[in-house]
Amino acid sequence: MLARAQFALTVMFHFIFPAITIGLGLLIAVLETLRWRTGREVYDRAATFWTKLFALTFAVGVATGVVMEFQFGTNWAAYSRFVGDIFGSPLAAEAILAFFLESAFLGLLLFGRDRISSRLRWFAAAMVALGSTLSGFWIVVADSWMQTPAGFTIIDGKARLTDFWAAVFNPSTMPRFIHTIVSSWSVGAFIMVGVAAWFLLRRRHLDVARTSMTIGVTVALVTAVLMFLTGDMSAREVAHEQSAKFAAMQGLYETTSGADMVIFSLPPTQNPGQAYQAPAIVITRLLSFLTFGSFDSVIKGLQAFPPADWPPVAITFLAYHNMVVIGTIMVLVMLALAWYTRRGSLARHPNWLRLAVLVTPLPLVAQQLGWMTAEIGRQPWVVYDVMRTSQGVSTAVSGPDVLVSLVLLAAVYAVLGSLWLFLLRREILHGPEPVTSAVPVVEPAAETEAERAERGLTPRGA
Amino acid sequence: MPDLASIWFLLVGVLLVGYAVLDGFDLGAGTLHLFVAHDDEERRTVMRAIGPVWDGNEVWLLTAGGALFAAFPAVYATVFSGFYLALILLLVALIFRAVSLEFRSKLETTGWRRAWDVAFSVASFLPTLLFGVAIGNVLRGVPLDAAGDYRGGLVGLLNPFALTVGLLASSMFVMQGATWLSLKTEGRVHARSRRAALLAWPAFVVLWLVVTLYSRADAGHLWTNYDNPVAWVAPVAFVVVAAAFPVALRAGRDGLAFGLSSLSIAALIGTMGIGLYPNLLPVTGEASRSLTIHNAASSDLSLTVMLIIALIGMPLVIGYTAFIYWRFRGKVDLREHGY
Repeated sequence: MLARAQFALTVMFHFIFPAITIGLGLLIAVLETLRWRTGREVYDRAATFWTKLFALTFAVGVATGVVMEFQFGTNWAAYSRFVGDIFGSPLAAEAILAFFLESAFLGLLLFGRDRISSRLRWFAAAMVALGSTLSGFWIVVADSWMQTPAGFTIIDGKARLTDFWAAVFNPSTMPRFIHTIVSSWSVGAFIMVGVAAWFLLRRRHLDVARTSMTIGVTVALVTAVLMFLTGDMSAREVAHEQSAKFAAMQGLYETTSGADMVIFSLPPTQNPGQAYQAPAIVITRLLSFLTFGSFDSVIKGLQAFPPADWPPVAITFLAYHNMVVIGTIMVLVMLALAWYTRRGSLARHPNWLRLAVLVTPLPLVAQQLGWMTAEIGRQPWVVYDVMRTSQGVSTAVSGPDVLVSLVLLAAVYAVLGSLWLFLLRREILHGPEPVTSAVPVVEPAAETEAERAERGLTPRGA
Repeated sequence: MPDLASIWFLLVGVLLVGYAVLDGFDLGAGTLHLFVAHDDEERRTVMRAIGPVWDGNEVWLLTAGGALFAAFPAVYATVFSGFYLALILLLVALIFRAVSLEFRSKLETTGWRRAWDVAFSVASFLPTLLFGVAIGNVLRGVPLDAAGDYRGGLVGLLNPFALTVGLLASSMFVMQGATWLSLKTEGRVHARSRRAALLAWPAFVVLWLVVTLYSRADAGHLWTNYDNPVAWVAPVAFVVVAAAFPVALRAGRDGLAFGLSSLSIAALIGTMGIGLYPNLLPVTGEASRSLTIHNAASSDLSLTVMLIIALIGMPLVIGYTAFIYWRFRGKVDLREHGY
């Protein structure tokens, strides 16, 4: 139980950071491309500013990521012995094929900008974005194999690889990878929009803010909509491959033909005849239609499975439904912001700007809820239908040892999280700096005297 | 044609050498941070000397860990769960190290910077010691129960042999870090780093002698392979490069000295690897329970797939890593972007 708590803590805390770096990585690559192609100064300053925030986040991501990789061995030794033949490869591949790329070129991007050409700087940014995305791919491969294991057989109580590609592209890999990457892009885009909105409210760094706002809103809107499409794809895959999890997500106890879609409700109870708890919003038979393409198709309820195989229903249900609610809010807010941005009148609507600042963390929250749905919904299995979580734990590690490490890591993460937020806030308050890099700039940005003076007034650190 | 498991034994060894050589110099530089750099400018110079590359260097550890998991899951599981508290301590240290590099330059207050300087130094030293202690225990062997679990706790790991190997590792990393810093810096930091390297060298050599003699008494199984004269290539190479190191450094050939220091690390790990093979984790008392490349390896299919990934991926990695090091050649210039 403690080992689970520790894993939950470390993985949830860790994932905040890669999500931001995957998202910002793409946006920085976009900005760098614009800078490289147009040579305009505003893109240079914007890219440099966002790269700084990226670097700060990346450091915490690396530090907490090492913990993740070692934790399978430290806390889940029985699991590691059982799945090592399959599960180790994606982790090693992640390091060799992705993580090296990201960290090596980030070093070049951060420290080398005075030594490299404009094109090489763009290339470094592109490699950072590519590395972080590939890294996400291999991690999702590893996790998806736990959800829908494939390409293996069990010999002497150990999983043995029989087909590498079947294991890598197991049924849930692609839907989950796309959903995860798109959601991470939206995490980055919402942060970009939030910070840009804050600059606009304070009337600071207006050119960088406008550029970031336009790019951020575009990506945020597109990804927020895509979340629903990819989420739908992912949910249908779950319905096919992990029907007990799907039943828990939907709060469906009885196997039903023409099942209703519960949009909003309290967690359902097992009372026969009462499928959901009021107050609830329900769309008749929609669930069957969305899942299997017909209003009459049958969806298995939890009662079709032995109770020992049920995931914790209430948490899975709530996490899933709240994720969808937050996703809806994200789309609506971004629609409005995109409307005002297109008309060029966003700066005159301070309330919308304030709202844009407020919704900044929503995709992160939605993502955490999504992971909770996926991983709590997987319970009681660590490898779905193959190995129970309780069988995977390290037998060599004593309860007190785990307690010590749990408390220690919780304390370290609390410090780390607050320092990260504190420094992020400082970097944002500080804002983008005037260009100092050697990259050639074709024309100065179209900037008013007032803005220039304003920039000159902002303090500049060492 | 050697078998796949032996190839992976070698590859994990190569990854460990890569890690020890590369992250070795930034861990060593971090350990020396408080001692070779006194004011803020000097300390920024030290951090800048490793700034562009330390992140990539640490990925070698992740790769070695991932490769161990993929190729020898039983060893990964037994060692990582058995050395539990030591590893958690290592992870906490690595966390603090990573963020101290990134966080230090963000605020200009003296207290803030001093606190991160200390954190950086301690969190750089601790891993070098812990890695050494862990390797020392792997070399010496640990007791395992019938289920393959180690139950000796943290105290059981702190035996004199393993602690000596821990000190050997620390001195090795300090020497590597000091040499890197003399290569990358000028003026006072350069002079102090050079002196530190010349002080670390005798400690390193003496500790190596102690560990070698000690292993005769405490870890005799490491000597079996040395019945074969070919095996002596590694220790002889070690002696040669270790002897040449101070000569090169005194002659002001910092680049050559760094190369020799790196080679001595490779030769030392090679010496240990030859002694260990084909074991991965010898078991004291009950030798039949030892984890070897045969009973701990993944399936041939898995090892083949991984080998293909490594053969495609690692040349690329080495290629662009070399390119980036080349871009950052020369002394640190504080006027450029960075900490």
